[in-house]
Amino acid sequence: MYQKEKQILVTLINTILILASYSLFLYYNYISGNPEIINDFKFWGKAFLILIPVTIVAQIIIHIIFSIVNKIVTNEDLPTISDERDKLIELKAIRISHWIFTAGFLLAMGSQAIGMQTYMMFFLLLFSGFAASIISEIAKLYFYQKGF
Amino acid sequence: MKKCYINNSIRKLRFFANEMTQQELADKTGVTRQTIVAIENEKYFPSLELAFRISHVFNLPLEEVFTFRLEDGNNEPIKT
Repeated sequence: MYQKEKQILVTLINTILILASYSLFLYYNYISGNPEIINDFKFWGKAFLILIPVTIVAQIIIHIIFSIVNKIVTNEDLPTISDERDKLIELKAIRISHWIFTAGFLLAMGSQAIGMQTYMMFFLLLFSGFAASIISEIAKLYFYQKGF
Repeated sequence: MKKCYINNSIRKLRFFANEMTQQELADKTGVTRQTIVAIENEKYFPSLELAFRISHVFNLPLEEVFTFRLEDGNNEPIKT
């Protein structure tokens, strides 16, 4: 497996871990004590706003740790350049993630159109964001390994 | 439109260029080794610029590094 593929795998695992840990954090600290909070707009606003910096910081820390461990284990540096193939794969993956998020957004709006509870819209938005991110990483891995 | 095939002889040319490694070719053309591997295995077709860069490394014209073939084996230019 090439360095780039390892990086993608790390990002993928990291995204799944962030989703799982953040969901558990929200559940045990807020939802379990007060189930009614899931219909509160303020709660979801805070949850989304906190999630963004948490995700960015966690990704940076994990990638720093990964590059240090990788250097120690393989004695190879991570690629510093991003060539035309990398950029093309990135574009294709972004396009797939946009389609998935758009589908999630439409489902979220649809949930409100048919009169479902407010939390369903936020839940669908959160879930589609993570699904888009995860599938984008899987698509990158696929394109790197199988070609396109 | 007829399907086309683009083949290359990079692997052979590297061998004759004093057994140049994939990493050396990657460094000379400004791409990653992974991209050179993908081009050699015909899993990726490079841009025109990269194709010219690769030919330039071997000091050969483009058509000696990359060959173009149509599905029916006819390589005559398509008349419009």
